[in-house]
Amino acid sequence: MRDEEIATLQAILADQAARPGALLPILHQVQHAFGFIPKDAVPQIALALNLTRAEVHGVVTFYADFRQTPPARKVIKLCRAEACQARDSDATAARLEQGLGVTLGAASADGSLALEPIYCLGLCASGPAALVNETPVARLTGERLERLIAEALA
Amino acid sequence: MSQRVYIPCDMAAVAVGADQVASAITLAAHGLGRDIEIVRNGSRGAFELETLVEVDTPQGRIGYGPVDPSDVAGLVAAGLLDGAEHRLRLGSPDALPFFRRQTRLTFARAGLIDPLSLADYRAHGGLAGIEAATTLTPTQVVDLIKQSGLRGRGGAGFPTGLKWDTVAKAAAPQKYVVCNADEGDSGTFADRLLMEADPFTLIEGMAICGYAVGASLGFIYVRSEYPFAIRMLNRALEIARSGGLLGASVAGTRFAFDIEVRVGAGAYVCGEETALLESLEGKRGQVRAKPPLPAHKGLFGQPTVINNVLSLAAAPYILANGADAYRDFGVGRSRGTMPIQLAGDIANGGLFETPFGVTLGDLVDDIGGGTLSGRAVRAVQVGGPLGAYFPRELFDTPFDYEAFTERGGLIGHGGVVVFNDRVDMARQARFAMEFCAIESCGKCTPCRIGSTRGVETLDRIIAGQDRAANLAVLEDLCETMKFGSLCALGGFTPYPVMSALTHFPEDFGAQASIKAAE
Repeated sequence: MRDEEIATLQAILADQAARPGALLPILHQVQHAFGFIPKDAVPQIALALNLTRAEVHGVVTFYADFRQTPPARKVIKLCRAEACQARDSDATAARLEQGLGVTLGAASADGSLALEPIYCLGLCASGPAALVNETPVARLTGERLERLIAEALA
Repeated sequence: MSQRVYIPCDMAAVAVGADQVASAITLAAHGLGRDIEIVRNGSRGAFELETLVEVDTPQGRIGYGPVDPSDVAGLVAAGLLDGAEHRLRLGSPDALPFFRRQTRLTFARAGLIDPLSLADYRAHGGLAGIEAATTLTPTQVVDLIKQSGLRGRGGAGFPTGLKWDTVAKAAAPQKYVVCNADEGDSGTFADRLLMEADPFTLIEGMAICGYAVGASLGFIYVRSEYPFAIRMLNRALEIARSGGLLGASVAGTRFAFDIEVRVGAGAYVCGEETALLESLEGKRGQVRAKPPLPAHKGLFGQPTVINNVLSLAAAPYILANGADAYRDFGVGRSRGTMPIQLAGDIANGGLFETPFGVTLGDLVDDIGGGTLSGRAVRAVQVGGPLGAYFPRELFDTPFDYEAFTERGGLIGHGGVVVFNDRVDMARQARFAMEFCAIESCGKCTPCRIGSTRGVETLDRIIAGQDRAANLAVLEDLCETMKFGSLCALGGFTPYPVMSALTHFPEDFGAQASIKAAE
């Protein structure tokens, strides 16, 4: 980690470490700052919370949200749960894979675009639904789906 | 005075262009020289109508929907701001059958008010619950909740008053109120809708609970998949603090209570109460063995009420209107109203709050209007990924905790997902096992290993390989998971699997095995 990255991490730890049950809020903030949980951050987080590195690593790897590598520039998280399945999200998934040239659960070779599964966004009467980075999109069929693909490739 | 135009800021509305609709209307009104005030209300919960635009007129609120951003220019030209005729004009939203037929107690304000206006909240009956509660003793509040017959809306159906009573009677220096807003079940969105449309109801409910059990601190554990709800809650909490609903002096009394929002990290199992508590403590979301119950040893080892959003949000109505007013709705041991969520391939999807007792058939065919695709309804999954699949033959089942249990199902958190005749039920059964394998916390063997073996066994059955022997293995596996798992994830995954197999055997390679025998 570079000096300014260490400073960012230490500022988060100084601000958060005293909270009860601080590890999840800290990991969220670290990921927000760096885009993922850098490997070198784990010992420092452990030290601040008086935990072992293994305990922190165990938490990082338990939760689907926490990444250990930088994310793609654009991440499309497509809902793969039942209510969207009932609204033919299989067809949407297939069209996205084909249109974007990435397989679900993978990123494009240049790391610019990733297509990931997510299990329910609570948009179950408007599916198929997805999150594009932080923006929700729904009714992903036909023209709306084509527009999403065109924007993702732009 | 400027004219009010209501455009929802709900995540489902924004997902279909509500923000663009709002900017387009602002621009068009400006062009006409009309003075309008855009109110970003919550959604009323009829998602097929989103974006539902409402304008204040001398005849009351007139709705238009579903409005796509591309419709705005034409709508405004046709006289949207005067409530004029248009193919998207719905008239008064309250008069639409989908809303007229509901009994909204918990969701009375959803979609009507500005979610962040405490003045709006009070004008629509808010704060009456906490004000009534603080004139009573904590024991009297607990008794009212008991008398109301309220049961846990997260799925387990445990009597809420009894839980509160246990925590109230526990002696400890610190007690907690934890709100379970980890609404992970596919087909459910009632918690999300309430948190986005009327967050003060949840905050008021938690304050009532804190007062009743003697807790000074509450946590709302929200799943990270709900960024809009998280933002809305954090803003609402600030307003509640400055408005005297939270803080050192709740509703002008000596009772002190505050709430903090904590965000999950994409683990379905954290909807299970003990896994949620572990997660709040900063650990892996692994299920705890019970006892001790959270009511005795919960968050950080202290007595803790952990309730679903909808259970806590029912409390203000009960306190404001009395236990009988709530209890008089419903059937059998299922009292009050249930916010049912209609989802999947359904024409009128959305939030339908109604007294217990409505049949599944009425919900799907009549209120829901059948499928959106126009195809025939084949199966309905009730109660999320751990709920059973029901065929049309069971559509006479009334929405009631015990009635669903009797038919081999559960109402869970009230999600109803409709599937049309193109569904492959063997794939749905396989998905249930696969989902359990992905989401298992790994603590107990039946769930961790059973789900993986379940996927493999189902694959063999579908392929027609030793069908009879593998069916016996699957049944045995399901029994083991049902009775041997620590929590409902492993324990209830057999519901969707076995119900699919029982009611739709024709999808499980029956043809392939006949061919193989020939």
